[in-house]
Amino acid sequence: MNKIYPTAAAALDGLLHDGMFIAAGGFGLCGIPELCLEAIKNAGTKDLTFASNNAGVDDFGIGILLQTKQVKKMISSYVGENAEFMRQYLSGELELEFNPQGTLAERMRSGGCGIPGFYTKTGVGTVIADGKEHKDFNGETYIMEEGIFADLSIVKAWKADETGNLIFRKTARNFNPPAAMCGKTCVVEVEEIVPTGSLDPDNIHLPGIYVNRIVQGTHEKRIEQRTVRSA
Amino acid sequence: MWDRNQMAERAAQELEDGMYVNLGIGIPTLVANYVGDKDITLQSENGMLGMGPFPIEGDEDADLINAGKQTITEMDRTAYFDSATSFGMIRGGKIAAAILGAMEVDENGDLANWMIPGKLVKGMGGAMDLVAGVGRVIVVMDHTNKHGESKVLKSCTLPLTGKAVVSRIITNLGVLDVVDGGLKIVETATGVSEDEIRAATEATIV
Repeated sequence: MNKIYPTAAAALDGLLHDGMFIAAGGFGLCGIPELCLEAIKNAGTKDLTFASNNAGVDDFGIGILLQTKQVKKMISSYVGENAEFMRQYLSGELELEFNPQGTLAERMRSGGCGIPGFYTKTGVGTVIADGKEHKDFNGETYIMEEGIFADLSIVKAWKADETGNLIFRKTARNFNPPAAMCGKTCVVEVEEIVPTGSLDPDNIHLPGIYVNRIVQGTHEKRIEQRTVRSA
Repeated sequence: MWDRNQMAERAAQELEDGMYVNLGIGIPTLVANYVGDKDITLQSENGMLGMGPFPIEGDEDADLINAGKQTITEMDRTAYFDSATSFGMIRGGKIAAAILGAMEVDENGDLANWMIPGKLVKGMGGAMDLVAGVGRVIVVMDHTNKHGESKVLKSCTLPLTGKAVVSRIITNLGVLDVVDGGLKIVETATGVSEDEIRAATEATIV
C-alpha cells in the first residue's frame, strides 16, 4: 500500500473538515509540521481545535492559522511567544485550555494507547484540578485526566522509510510521537524518505503502524532563541 | 547579601554526585556554572538528558534546543526521547531535584510561579509536572519583590503551581527550609543577620 504523497496538500486531501480536532507535534518552533500547517492554511479549513504544546509565533507554526482565524480552540501548556494569539484570546475569539506539559503529552500517549483516562499528581491543589475527579492511592491524592482522541495527527520526523517507520532527530522528537499516536489518521512530513530496509529495525523511534501518509519536503526549521557562547 | 551568581553558587551546593537534575529558567540556569567536579546530568524536559552548554557561533542546530527554546549542545552521555517519556521520568520521581524560580512561596511549601490574574497568562509549561514529580524542589528567588514586599508568605496569594511541594528556599538573604509549623533559617547570606531575614519574611519562622 502506498503511503507516499507528492505534497502536503495531497497528503491532507480528503482528511480535512471544519470543526475538526487536530493533534500537532513540536515544541516551540522545533520539530513542528510546518508543511502541513501551510497546507491547512491554504485549504481554509475553519473552527479547528488544536492539541499542541505551543501556538507558534505570529508568522510561523500554528501562528499562521491564527492570522487567518482558522483556529477555534487551543489545548496547550505555553503560548507566550504569540502576540496575535493573546489578542484573539483576550477578545474572546479564541478558546484556550491550559494543560500542564506532561499531562498534555500523557493525554496524547494515552489516547493513542486506547486509555481514556489516567490519574496524575500534577496540578493537585491548583486551578487545573477544579472540577476533576480526585482519588487517593497509597495515601496520596491524584486527579483524573482524559486521553486525547484526535481526528487527525500532523507531525514532523527526520526520516521515514516507505512503510512509515520513523526516525526523529535530537530534541525535534518532543511531542511528535505521542501526537502521531492519538489521531485517527496520521500525516507525517519528513526531510527524507529512504528505501524500506535501509533503517536499522532496532532503532526505529515510531513504527509505521502509526503512520498513514508521508510527504517529503524542505523545512525552514526556524530557530526561536539563537544562543551562543564565545569560542 | 547574595547576588544572582552567589545564589546560583549556593544552590549548586544542593546537588550531589550522580544526580539527574532539572534547572528552570533565570537564576536556576546559572547553577550549571557552579557544579564543579560533581557528576551531574541535566534534564531538559523537551526530551533530553545530558544537556551541554550553548554552542559556539556557527554550530547552532534548529533541532537541538532546551526548554527555554535556546540553542544548546549535546554531550557524550546525551540521550533523546519524546515528551511523554520525558514527563514519565519527571512524574515517576526519577529526577532527583528541580531548581526553580518563583513569584511566591509560603510556609506550607506552596509555590506560585506561573500566573498573575489580570496580567498576560503565558501558561505553566512543565512547571506543575516538575514540582509534583521530582524528588526535591528547591526555589531560588529574591526574598522581596521590586516594591520591597516579602515573597516568602504565610499563604500564597497567586494561583498555585503546586501545593506543599517546596523543600528549600534560597534567596538573596539566605537559606530557609520548609518544616513543621513554618520555615527554619538554615543559613544567612554574607553580611545578613537572622533579624534581617525575619524582617523581610511574612511567613512564620520557627
